[in-house]
Amino acid sequence: MAQIRPAAASRGSRRAAGELEAAALGVLQAAGRPLTPAEVRQELGDDLAYTTVVTILSRLHAKGVLTRHRSGRAFSYAPVADEPGLAARRMRRVLDAEADREAVLARFVSGLGPEDEHVLRRMLANLPDQSS
Amino acid sequence: MRVMVFLPLIVPVLAAVGARPLAERLPPRMATWLLTLSSVVLAVASGAVLGLLALAGAMSLPVFASLGSLSARAMSRVDAAPLLLGVIAAAFLAAAALSVLRAAWLRISALISAHREARRLSGDGRLLVIVKDARADAYAVPGWPARIVVTSGMLDSLTAAESEVLLAHERAHTAARHYLFLAAARLSAAANPMLRPLAAAVSYSIERWADEQAVRVTGNRPLAARAIAKAALASAAAHSGPGTATHVLGAAGDKAEISRAGSVPRRVNALLGPPPPQRFVLLALAIGLVVVSSLAALHAADDLHAMIEFAQAVVLA
Repeated sequence: MAQIRPAAASRGSRRAAGELEAAALGVLQAAGRPLTPAEVRQELGDDLAYTTVVTILSRLHAKGVLTRHRSGRAFSYAPVADEPGLAARRMRRVLDAEADREAVLARFVSGLGPEDEHVLRRMLANLPDQSS
Repeated sequence: MRVMVFLPLIVPVLAAVGARPLAERLPPRMATWLLTLSSVVLAVASGAVLGLLALAGAMSLPVFASLGSLSARAMSRVDAAPLLLGVIAAAFLAAAALSVLRAAWLRISALISAHREARRLSGDGRLLVIVKDARADAYAVPGWPARIVVTSGMLDSLTAAESEVLLAHERAHTAARHYLFLAAARLSAAANPMLRPLAAAVSYSIERWADEQAVRVTGNRPLAARAIAKAALASAAAHSGPGTATHVLGAAGDKAEISRAGSVPRRVNALLGPPPPQRFVLLALAIGLVVVSSLAALHAADDLHAMIEFAQAVVLA
């Protein structure tokens, strides 16, 4: 029992971390202005540790979902003003999960076979350079 | 009847062998239409023949014969299709139907989720969406409205003129609804696995179609070739990470090397040559083959009908 509980607890907290990230993002999107970790913590309501909120926000920042600016001693965070970008990333994830995605997405270039890269480099080397 | 009835089952083999050469020799738009329509017609014809064989087999069973008020003895004496052949045909037909249903379900759900997600991409109905992502990628998403998604990583690896090729290419896909051609060819291949090479050839020829359209927009074949080659290398690097570019540059690829290569080098190679000429003899030959195949299926149906009437007449007599 004593051996099982820590494992279960850590699995639970990992799942909670994903939910917390979503909740924190929701708070920031609803706020409409940059918030400090303290403000986010207040909005989230739960008895979360300040460091937990900071961890969540910096993780979202590392994922490119949030921007941050230094305000006083702390950072304040805001959602990236790139809503289409976010949606496109989400779409790619959704479509990558589809069994038939390759047939639905018309990719500019499909994957290269083992020899293709070699062949392409030789072709490029023989093309007159027009980029200058 | 014997030979004729099997013709729709044999022609797909010829089509499978001829699909890739046709896709490379015909102008891409013509090739796409020809290959797509051929695969649909051949799939329907082979399905029809399987259905006829199964029906004829069933009619030689007394229980089915009495349903159609036919003489089972007359039917089996004509020996249209032995029972075993009918059973085999029915099994193939059932497998084909299941396979088509499954493929249609996958395709439709993928299209719906693509459409749903495409709608979420910025509300102002813009066609082009640029995504902040270091990995080079670009694709068209079918939907209403359709979207063209290009990553910043892709734009970084191309010059402005080369990006124009990319956009013209993806616009050609959405404007001509290329996903419909591909869907039709894939469903046909699901019905009859012998038609899979046709679906692969359609997927190649719609890329060629979009490439040639990009050439018409930008007016520069070497530029288009260059854009495709650079984009392919950039997205390959994005997917496999650094350390793959170990090859030394050498002489130009020879013909055999190109024909063994994947679709991207073949597309680049096609753009390095002159635009493909119209080839009406080749086109007529291919269409002729498909027409003969569908006529054979019709002929078989007619034969079965005549036989059923004969057997009904025997019962009445």
